[in-house]
Amino acid sequence: MTAIATGPETATKMSTVELTGVSHWYGNVVAVNDVTLTIGPGVTGLLGPNGAGKTTVLHMMAGFLPPSQGTVTVGGRPSWRNPDVYKELGLVTERESVPGHLTAQEFVYASAKLHGLRDPLEATARAIGTVEMDDAKDRRISTYSKGMRQRTRVAAALVHDPSVLLLDEPFNGMDPRQRLHMMDLLHTMAGQGRTILFSSHILEEVEQLSGTVQVIVAGRLAASGDYRHIRRLMTNRPHVFTIQSSDDRGLAAALMELASVSGVELEPSGLQVRANDYGTFTRSLTKVARDKGIRLTAVLPSDESLENVFSYLVAS
Amino acid sequence: MNLTIAGLTARALLGRRRILLLIPMPAVLIGLTLVGVSTGEPAQQWAPTILGQLGLGVILPLTALIVGSSVLGLEIEDGTITHILAKPLPRREIVVAKLVVAWAVTTVTTAVPIGIAGMIAGSTGLGAGLALGAAVGALAYTAFFLALSLMSRRPVAVGLVYIMLWENLLVQFVSGARALSIQQYSLTLADRLSGDTVLLESTLSTVTAAILAAAFVAIGTVIATQRLRSFALTGETS
Repeated sequence: MTAIATGPETATKMSTVELTGVSHWYGNVVAVNDVTLTIGPGVTGLLGPNGAGKTTVLHMMAGFLPPSQGTVTVGGRPSWRNPDVYKELGLVTERESVPGHLTAQEFVYASAKLHGLRDPLEATARAIGTVEMDDAKDRRISTYSKGMRQRTRVAAALVHDPSVLLLDEPFNGMDPRQRLHMMDLLHTMAGQGRTILFSSHILEEVEQLSGTVQVIVAGRLAASGDYRHIRRLMTNRPHVFTIQSSDDRGLAAALMELASVSGVELEPSGLQVRANDYGTFTRSLTKVARDKGIRLTAVLPSDESLENVFSYLVAS
Repeated sequence: MNLTIAGLTARALLGRRRILLLIPMPAVLIGLTLVGVSTGEPAQQWAPTILGQLGLGVILPLTALIVGSSVLGLEIEDGTITHILAKPLPRREIVVAKLVVAWAVTTVTTAVPIGIAGMIAGSTGLGAGLALGAAVGALAYTAFFLALSLMSRRPVAVGLVYIMLWENLLVQFVSGARALSIQQYSLTLADRLSGDTVLLESTLSTVTAAILAAAFVAIGTVIATQRLRSFALTGETS
């Protein structure tokens, strides 16, 4: 008997989504322009303003749109005209399309059967349990709230235990509790080594759920990676820090002597310091404070929120 | 055949209001046949119009159009098609399951009542011939309209043009047009299977009608499969 070992490398490759030089145009309108990106295990946010091309990118990944140029692969296999890709891929589209005449149990069970799973009933129970829909599973989907429908769709998308899950605007219409639950769910799945990619135009969602972002602006990939890291690479924009200390006024005077500091404002909440170079400033700050005998009580990068990073990217 | 898809399709189809449109047509057909019989006039006077022109010429294609364009078309319209397409299934399997359901529903709602009307108007032989001819026509029509629902955004409008202009108007003036009229295939097969009754008038040979009907089914299925393989989601470009 031969045992086939599946190493972590193979598992990672199976769950990698890759776009190479991908463009898509509708007639004369270029929706996606020369995008190259790789998405591996973990949670990644696909971020961009409305109309930026997020859904087009997701549809190409999911095999529902051909790239006009370039290649799109999931687990190393092209996704267009290749139904086999769905063995490893789960998709939750933005359009809230569910057959209302079915119950969640019937809907998810049908998905399990269509995937040809060995034990579709067990898989259905597991998927419905994962999204916490056990209590309502025998009611018709048409009687569900928006959040419940969304969770039912997620259950159907993960019934076959896919290594890649794509979700288009998954939090639309959910109340805060449902939102938190869905975030927990996505985190848990990512923790199991899955690749989770979700699109959103709401920064708060992306910030809470994922450090890694792919930012699409006007069809182009504007930035890619951890958004805090992206911010630090934007050297043409001063970094803003809020600093509280035992002697704000003294610290302000000392900081103005540093070449890496371009401005200091004394405010009731503390000092607002604008620094040109993130690394040099953070290293110098502790030294200056120590030399002056000032105790630092808080140092907060105040423009490292995703919102700031995003607005800088869109503006540029 | 994929029974899961067939089951889902049947439930979706029978659960829609559009299906209610199918109920009055067979009732009208059988009712008119009963009226014809009750007048005491010879069947040749009224049966060709009721069975051939109304039954095979209008009720059968209209029902097949509603059903055939709905089995996939409505799912494309409301977006639920993605649930079936995002599965590792050969697209042919999806098309065949949909076609079988469309054919079964059309046959039950048209071929059976047309057969009953034939029995009332003439004989069991006429009824059986009509039912079989209509069942073959139902398969060719639904395959055609199913493919149409993947080729056009307005399959019902295009289907109506085919039924009304091509099959019911053009064939009267251009005899060659009959070769591409499913109605003529049903009529020919019903005529032959019921023993060349005087109540039905056919113009094609049996072999030609059978081969062309089979070609409609085969080409419709192949085109639908190809179109489904390259199905692209549109309308969501955000």
